[in-house]
Amino acid sequence: MTAVSEPRVQASGDASRPGDPKRWGAWYVAEHELRRVPTFIVPALATAIGSPLLYLLAFGVGLASLIKTGGTSGIGGVSYVEFVIPAFLCAGAVGTATEEFTFGVMMGFKWNEVYIGMNAAPISPRQIASGHILYTVIRMAVTSGIFLAIALAFGAIHLPAGLLVLPIALLGGLAFGVPIAAYSATIREDRGQFAVIGRSVVLPMTLFSGTVFPLTQLPIWLQWIGWISPLWHSTQLARDASYGQVEPGWLILVHVVVLAAEFAIGWAIFTRNTTKRLNR
Amino acid sequence: MTASTTPAPTRGALRRGGGVGALYSGNPQSVIARGFMATKSTNYIVVLTGFFEPIFYLLSLGLGLGSYIGSVDVGGHPIPYAAFIAPGLLAVSAMNGAIYDSTWNVFFKMHFGKLYQGMLATTLGPLDVALGEIVYALIRGGVYAITFMIVMQALGLNLAWTAMLALPAVLLIAFGFASLGMGITSYMKTFQHMDWINFALLPMFLLSATFYPLSVYPVPVQWVIQALPLWQAVDLVRGLTTGVLSWGLLIHVLYFAVMITLGLVFTTRRLRSLFLD
Amino acid sequence: MPSPVIEARDLRKLYKETAAVDSLSFEVAPGESFGLLGPNGAGKSTTMRMVGAVSTRTSGELSILGMDPNENGPDIRAQLGVVPQTDNLDAELRVRENLLVYGRYFGLSRAVVAQRADELLDFAQLSDRAKAKVDDLSGGMKRRLTIARSLINNPRILLLDEPTTGLDPQARHILWDRLFRLKEQGTTLVVTTHYMDEAEQLCDRLVVVDKGMIMAEGAPAALITEYSTREVVELRFGSERNADAAVTLAGVGDRVEVLPDRILIYADDGEAALSEAVRRGLHPITSLVRRSSLEDVFLRLTGRSLIE
Repeated sequence: MTAVSEPRVQASGDASRPGDPKRWGAWYVAEHELRRVPTFIVPALATAIGSPLLYLLAFGVGLASLIKTGGTSGIGGVSYVEFVIPAFLCAGAVGTATEEFTFGVMMGFKWNEVYIGMNAAPISPRQIASGHILYTVIRMAVTSGIFLAIALAFGAIHLPAGLLVLPIALLGGLAFGVPIAAYSATIREDRGQFAVIGRSVVLPMTLFSGTVFPLTQLPIWLQWIGWISPLWHSTQLARDASYGQVEPGWLILVHVVVLAAEFAIGWAIFTRNTTKRLNR
Repeated sequence: MTASTTPAPTRGALRRGGGVGALYSGNPQSVIARGFMATKSTNYIVVLTGFFEPIFYLLSLGLGLGSYIGSVDVGGHPIPYAAFIAPGLLAVSAMNGAIYDSTWNVFFKMHFGKLYQGMLATTLGPLDVALGEIVYALIRGGVYAITFMIVMQALGLNLAWTAMLALPAVLLIAFGFASLGMGITSYMKTFQHMDWINFALLPMFLLSATFYPLSVYPVPVQWVIQALPLWQAVDLVRGLTTGVLSWGLLIHVLYFAVMITLGLVFTTRRLRSLFLD
Repeated sequence: MPSPVIEARDLRKLYKETAAVDSLSFEVAPGESFGLLGPNGAGKSTTMRMVGAVSTRTSGELSILGMDPNENGPDIRAQLGVVPQTDNLDAELRVRENLLVYGRYFGLSRAVVAQRADELLDFAQLSDRAKAKVDDLSGGMKRRLTIARSLINNPRILLLDEPTTGLDPQARHILWDRLFRLKEQGTTLVVTTHYMDEAEQLCDRLVVVDKGMIMAEGAPAALITEYSTREVVELRFGSERNADAAVTLAGVGDRVEVLPDRILIYADDGEAALSEAVRRGLHPITSLVRRSSLEDVFLRLTGRSLIE
């Protein structure tokens, strides 16, 4: 008997060993979610490749031709496509994040109850929340990476600083999505809340965040939407990186701080709500 | 259970024959009535926010972006940008509403609620079900369209009296998309398949001259776009709200008449083969 | 016997190349309670769909209430009540609304439907839940609501596909009681089940179906008499020792059947057979003497047990 039990004691006592859920739990959660990707990879990839091309065509060629007729060429000294593509890249990351942090979270808690199963294994609620975030970052990185590659190929985003657009977009997606995840974790019954969020929060924050025209174009009493919207902050940063938009240094710092703060606060509440829900 | 000896008076069914797959019992109104009863249990905030969606687009693009654009040429007439995209957005929201009702909703009823299985075990035929579901969706879509048109009127974006005709036009457009959408949905097996519908809608939405005139494309591309149902819809509604009329508008009406007919035949056949094999 | 309400002759249904139902022939008399007993995949549900006039037969003859489903599908459906295998209640509607809406599908007037709905809620013991959401009902309540719904058009024949599968014992007994009342009122019942106790409770007469074909037909008691002995002894030795024990048991009772987890001895006197087994030096872990059931009939007919 002692010969059998000895290695067991050793194994569980060694916390640094790879495979220890205390250390790697969040990654196991992400890994679980990544395994589901093959079921929807074909339409997801088709959309990831197709939509940047469509935006380039519709806005870069189609709408841009109208902007030119307005007298000045483009907006803020760059062509319209250079102005708008960093915004669409950031908006795409926000879209992916919104999907994963609404339906994805609901799936884990209710529709498939995966999180409940994970929590029955030695994985803590904190790790479940972080794992889902990690998985979403990976998913965003792939779709935004594809977008960036296409935008670079068409000269809509400029090297080398344009590469920074990718981490900026991911941070924007997290700052937007993780607070929503904190709310999603509290929903017990689906009564169309996600449709309400989509139409009354995500959509106006997308349309009034200086994406397709500068925020300053809005009347001052509507500009606050942009100030609180993570999408405005990430889009402005992406423009700074892509074509060196002229913004004072303090404003760049504000963008970064707002995004980081929104993400961090969202993460903390998401963790707290997940813990409450799973350990009640 | 005292009335169990009196045979039920069945209207419609008894007066007409037809086999297992009999198409129609003249009772789509019962399916519409079911829709209204179900509406009571929906979340009203969801319905309410549905009104905002196209209005947000109109305010953002029409007013914000419009200031960079000025006017756009429609059939030789310069039209303010907001008045140019408003009918486009109206047509798009008619399409989106019809597609949502005939895809997501139908998908749920088909696979999870097994609602159609229950309906078709009664005297109802597949055409009763298809017509009932579509007409109910049109009534809802009509309410959304009326609100949007009131906003357009308030912002001075209806440029001619023919704008009133945009309402029946929108219903015709929604009917076309809904009748086809329901048939296509019947092929969908999982949620992920529904992504393909979004994948097909995005290019239509972005390229169908909703945001800029068709003339920006080279001629061969114009032909392709003109074949798409959304372009037909946008051009029809835009002609009516701006008052720039042409005989071409009648071709759009004909296009949707054909789409409705084909869509209904297709959907009815699919329902029959799925539930009455 | 009055003329049958359902008459099937060589009924056959092919899906692509495979026969889900293969030359099935049976008759159901008015007011009779008729059962289709068989394991999952035996072709019961397909048969029910053909009888329910929502599936077209590949060949053979089928007459329901004197009509051919190929000619008069909706007319037949107008006089049927259908309880499908899985509840397909409308979760967007409240309990009573489910009945109202369903009655309208048959073209019944609002007044008639409203009156029927209240009667049926009472019958299904759901009057106090009339305004509840469907999702808030228990499994047994949902099932009773589905049955109430199937009665909204005063059907002459009620088709019940696995009516109590997945319900707890108490809910099953409540449901059987309701169905028994319907039977007493003269409604013709057609029931599929893979539960023996259910078939014995509800059916005047049944057919045992396997692989799309009828293996036997008769009243439950008659089937048991014909295909089994009066009593059965169930012995468990632990899965590894069953085969050895079976050799020792040769010749005890009428017949010995070895199953993966137990051995069955068929005998008219179970106690005597058990004593004989012990006399031969066997010491089972558990032993049980019971009356024969339809399960034993099925085992005899197919060599397989009903619930696998």
